[in-house]
Amino acid sequence: MVGDNGAGKSTLLRVVAGLSQPSRGSVRLLGGRNARQVAHLIGYMGHAPLLYDELDGMENLRYFAGLYGIADDAVCREAMHRIGLDSTLERRVGQYSQGMRQRLSLARAGLHDPQLMLLDEPFSNVDTHSASYMAGVLGRLRDRGKTIFVVTHQAGLVEHVADEFVHMAEGRIVSRESAKRVSASVAADAGGAG
Amino acid sequence: MRPLSIAFIILTLALLGYSTYQALLVAPTEQTMGDVQRIFYYHAPTAWVAGLCFFVNFLASIAYLWKRSPDMDALAVASAEVGVVFCTIVLITGPIWARPVWGIWWTWDARLTSTLVLWLIYVSYLILRRYATGGQTQVLAAAVAIFGFVDVPIVYMSIRWFRTQHPSPVIAGGENSGLDPAMWHAFLWNLVAFTCVGIVFVAARYRLQKMENLLEDTHARMALEGSTQ
Amino acid sequence: MSIKVMRATLLKDLRMEWRSKDAINSMLFFSLLVVVIFSFAFNPTAEQSRLIAGGLIWVAFLFAAVVALTQTWARELSNQVLDAYRVSPAPANALFLAKVLGNFLFVIVLEGLMAPLFVVFYQLRSVGPVWQLILIALFGTWALVVNGTFFAALSIRTRNREIMLPLILFPISIPALLAMVDSTTAILTGESVPDFWIKLLAVYDVVFTSVCLLLFESVLNAE
Repeated sequence: MVGDNGAGKSTLLRVVAGLSQPSRGSVRLLGGRNARQVAHLIGYMGHAPLLYDELDGMENLRYFAGLYGIADDAVCREAMHRIGLDSTLERRVGQYSQGMRQRLSLARAGLHDPQLMLLDEPFSNVDTHSASYMAGVLGRLRDRGKTIFVVTHQAGLVEHVADEFVHMAEGRIVSRESAKRVSASVAADAGGAG
Repeated sequence: MRPLSIAFIILTLALLGYSTYQALLVAPTEQTMGDVQRIFYYHAPTAWVAGLCFFVNFLASIAYLWKRSPDMDALAVASAEVGVVFCTIVLITGPIWARPVWGIWWTWDARLTSTLVLWLIYVSYLILRRYATGGQTQVLAAAVAIFGFVDVPIVYMSIRWFRTQHPSPVIAGGENSGLDPAMWHAFLWNLVAFTCVGIVFVAARYRLQKMENLLEDTHARMALEGSTQ
Repeated sequence: MSIKVMRATLLKDLRMEWRSKDAINSMLFFSLLVVVIFSFAFNPTAEQSRLIAGGLIWVAFLFAAVVALTQTWARELSNQVLDAYRVSPAPANALFLAKVLGNFLFVIVLEGLMAPLFVVFYQLRSVGPVWQLILIALFGTWALVVNGTFFAALSIRTRNREIMLPLILFPISIPALLAMVDSTTAILTGESVPDFWIKLLAVYDVVFTSVCLLLFESVLNAE
């Protein structure tokens, strides 16, 4: 989902996640239910990191895993490795770099293997290396059959992995276009090389 | 305004006129306190109406949390505000009565203290409504209203026990003083009249709140739709 | 699942508090300040002090508790981490009870540390049975903390959040405060029996814990 500041992208995401109540209308997800009923199938990554600064990476993940009924540490370790972080790192999250924090936040959102992921500005203030790493992770998740909503100002980062671009302005969806044309033209330019 | 409302207001004014006449002229003068005692015909019914308003606020708050109906929230605000006004009047007429008769402005007896605490609880409710940010003021306020009303019997019990442990001067003849039958007449008329006054005020404030809500809604919708032109 | 979530949340909070010691330090120092200032304001010669000590102790603990109450929710607001809880299937009441228990522990620890100080400064001696004092401390602290945690969660969404909490909490807590103060005074002076107050506190605790549990989810998800 792309659009200018104030277009309502974050608000839409929050409403879908069940964090905000719409003033009119309702949201149905994953078989006609509302967000509270399918909370175990949704992963949300907010604009803010949604992590505890005073705890280290594994402690954070362990706690959030517990909220989804996951008691196995291996799941948390695996999640950290998937996004390229060291699970033995005892540094508090408050001292992480922004790139590390965003990656950990993404790990937290995907900890319980949700069907639907809602990510708000996952690449904000993140270094290019972390950003392309995360985009790769998202692509792999999509390949495994997950549905992913990404709100971003940096459409270029997800160009190669996105299936569809939705444009929002002033609280409304104004257009939707398939991304295949974008990646197809990129592939054509590259002449099929590599 | 609808004809029914106008008729009710006229009825209320008539009742108020008659009950005032009863209270000030017809009812017999009290033996020990003299004419000052007549303030009782205002003090007691006002307390009754305040309690009624707070009860309505309680029910409206529960209804709001259940159905999220903005009308119920409007009723909650209206009844709380009118209730606080009436409660303030009780707290003012009490001392006005007490001073010439018992020589003191205030005493921490069970009834007066409970009324003061009641007043504090609902004023805090109104302050919360003013200072909460965001669109969910109504939910927060409704929660506080429920707490407040549930607390009322506990407040009363606790203060009564405190006063039996540590007695202090009691105003207006204590808990069980009876009312001379000749005075019942005036008292009941005033009770009815004041209840009607309370209903008029709550209804008016309720309509006002509903109109404000409608105005806000309309502005929001216009902003949303106008921006896509 | 709720018990596990509650335990996990409580342990997380205790761990975070242990690392930063924010709440406990400010609470302790604040209580100490209050005790000292009261000693200047209310000169504690032995006989008089026994009469007013009940009130002073509980006022000091009340103010200290308010400090702790705002802290515990403040932690959930930084980085908006409360959203992560809300979006998960974990029940709202598990979060609430975990916070209440955490606050309860902090305030009880504070009371345990401050009580000897009060005894020393005011030369107190318990005339009535001490176990009743402990019961009063337990029931009374729960009364303050259960409503306090609820209203703290509520007041973080208001403009003047520091003043909003005591503003809503104090009027509603008046019966509980009255019970705590009068029963403590009763035991310290031996002049009356605190049985009614203890029962009142128990009723207060049951009633308001139920109301909190019924309403917390609505307040948590109010946005």
